[in-house]
Amino acid sequence: MCECLETIFKKFKGKEEELIPLLQSVQEEAGFLSESAMRDIAKFLRIPQSKVHGVATFYAQFRFKPKGRKHIMLCRGTACHVKGAPRILEEIENHLEIKEGETSADLEHSIESVACIGACSLAPCITVNNKVHADLTPQKIEALFNKRMN
Amino acid sequence: MDLNNLVAEATKEWKELIKGDTPAVFVGNATCGRSAGSMDVIEAFQQEIEKQHIECNVVEVGCIGLCYLEPLVMVYKPGAPLVCYRNIGTKEATALVDSHLIKDTINQERLIGVISDTPQAALPELKDIPVMKPQVRLVLQNCGHIDPNNLNHYIANKGYSGVAKMLTLQPEDVIERIKESGLRGRGGAGFPTWRKWQFCRDAKGTSKYLICNADEGDPGAFMNRSLLEGDPHSLLEGMIIAAYAIGASTGYIYCRAEYPLALVRLRLAIQQAEEQKLLGDDILGSGFNFHIKIKEGAGAFVCGEETALIASIEGSRGMPRPRPPFPAIAGLWGKPTIINNVETLASVARIMQNDPAWFSQYGTEMSKGTKTFALVGKVQNTGLIEVPLGISLKEIIFDIGGGVPNNKKFKAVQTGGPSGGCIPAHLLDIAMDYDSLAQAGTIMGSGGLVVMDEDTCMVDVARYFLDFAQKESCGECAPCRLGTKQMLDILEDITSGKGTIEDIELLESMGDGIKKGSLCGLGQTAPNPVLTTLRYFRNEYEDHIINKKCTAKVCRDLKYYDILPDKCTGCHICFKACPTNAISGTAKQLHQIDQSLCIKCGMCLDKCPVKFNAIECYAGNKI
Repeated sequence: MCECLETIFKKFKGKEEELIPLLQSVQEEAGFLSESAMRDIAKFLRIPQSKVHGVATFYAQFRFKPKGRKHIMLCRGTACHVKGAPRILEEIENHLEIKEGETSADLEHSIESVACIGACSLAPCITVNNKVHADLTPQKIEALFNKRMN
Repeated sequence: MDLNNLVAEATKEWKELIKGDTPAVFVGNATCGRSAGSMDVIEAFQQEIEKQHIECNVVEVGCIGLCYLEPLVMVYKPGAPLVCYRNIGTKEATALVDSHLIKDTINQERLIGVISDTPQAALPELKDIPVMKPQVRLVLQNCGHIDPNNLNHYIANKGYSGVAKMLTLQPEDVIERIKESGLRGRGGAGFPTWRKWQFCRDAKGTSKYLICNADEGDPGAFMNRSLLEGDPHSLLEGMIIAAYAIGASTGYIYCRAEYPLALVRLRLAIQQAEEQKLLGDDILGSGFNFHIKIKEGAGAFVCGEETALIASIEGSRGMPRPRPPFPAIAGLWGKPTIINNVETLASVARIMQNDPAWFSQYGTEMSKGTKTFALVGKVQNTGLIEVPLGISLKEIIFDIGGGVPNNKKFKAVQTGGPSGGCIPAHLLDIAMDYDSLAQAGTIMGSGGLVVMDEDTCMVDVARYFLDFAQKESCGECAPCRLGTKQMLDILEDITSGKGTIEDIELLESMGDGIKKGSLCGLGQTAPNPVLTTLRYFRNEYEDHIINKKCTAKVCRDLKYYDILPDKCTGCHICFKACPTNAISGTAKQLHQIDQSLCIKCGMCLDKCPVKFNAIECYAGNKI
């Protein structure tokens, strides 16, 4: 088991109810949930690995591949949808040459779509490493990615 | 610790800030403000103030709800009313320091209105501008006015006086007060809050739990986020009161991880309240104990359902279980549990700070009080509003919202998110209360109002919601798991031009079956967006199926792009933009689109310079 996991485990009591916060902490630290990390979590909580897998795959937040250094979250909320989010996604995908849910081979970018960021009055919007970019158009996406991302 | 001491100290600090001798600048710094650049604006103010060697407080506040005017700034000068400005970027902020703070000149161009005790002849009052006038802000009264990180600001505005009053009453009397106020749950279904509490109060057992559902999952809604970011103590106060009434000593806030700022402010608020003995053991020396823990949601819409939310807190997959027993009898760890929504609990705090009659003077016979709505989509003034229940939809969209932008025609408004439905233009006079909305086939929901115009395809909207429900279905019961998938397949056929006229009837009967057969609220309401659009916009479905045409020009397979020969100058820009090489033509010659290669992405239309406007999108397919 790697040291970083041990440091995280020290903050928990080892109760089954801590599974989700534990998965969140590990993902926060490592960027994703690896097979071995989930195995160690199962051991630590003394629960079957199947339970850890079952819970991790149930919730949208957990990912099993590393994310990019620039992690893009695209809002798929209703307001964003009626204001053209599908077109924004397409433009981002074309630009970065990866699809939603993927991470680029050089680990620079990753795209994920989320149910709603909660910035509906500024639709359509995305976040790049948690910073919100609002009121987007295909043109703005082009400018954003040319200027800041390359 | 005595609350009166705290109040005296807090009031002094508050009065000094808003009525004292030092000027102050208040910058709206919730998520909406931040995405418009408010962090930079704060820095610009601080730098300029330092540079000019003047004394001025720079205060971070929540959002007053006028999201379309962000970044919002309020400026206070001793002896003058508070002036509210819109769209203040870093450049304008720097200029304001000189013009307003030093030279006392109001920037008329960016002025929204003023807040003052005495009417100002020359300046409009903020509360009288069209967006604000029909609003009654009870729950949101502090949002955008106080610093959410400062407990004293909250206390100075009646904060925690509800808890002090509660401690003089018996739990049953607290429930009685909530009953008198007529408060109904603000999370969706609208169940009377007091009745739910009474069930839990009467349930056997000593350990009981209170859960606040802050997992605002409806896409298109952000009322709870705004309240948590702008006024987190209101929620804590409401929770303390609810816990006292039902007899709980532990509470959980189940908040979504997508709201990082709300989580930060909540954690700080809990710490501050604990330090002042407003929360924790022996609250205000009364012997009443109540602790609040935060649980971060991990992204599952179904966790809005009570029993699924409980399963998630227990560390399992968020899957609902059959009821009864209801959570009020057997919930978290099998103990009696109450789950209330953020707005419900904040309303509880206001009711106790004032009195039940004060709250019930607003609203209708069956729906008392006010309701916050997130007004978004194709509407001029997007933002967060709070109105008395029973107000007409027309007033919300046209008076407060300012109507549909770009001279487009209003088509519908979606209420209640994926569980709700669409209200068409001819029902605009509908009163916004629980019962009228139910009659129209939709629900109040948590308060998302997504406005749609002529460019919105209602079949596509129905498909969008079904896609959402199908992905979020937990998979436990077959009607929801298989039914939503089947309905989605049919809708995808229709939006891609492969639908048959029998599909309409099939959708209706399946929708009915899923509603009746599903285990929890997700499945029971998932067909609503389809059923209401079928009820009010059947012609659009027929247009897709029979004429193979999407009049709103949204559905990709039922529209096409073409180049206008008399406008194309052969600038070659579209040629370069096309990802599939479907455009042919040499420079300075008329270009053409090969429809068989075109994937209808619309990039050529986006890229064609406005001065030419040589590309058009048409409904149907080119023959």
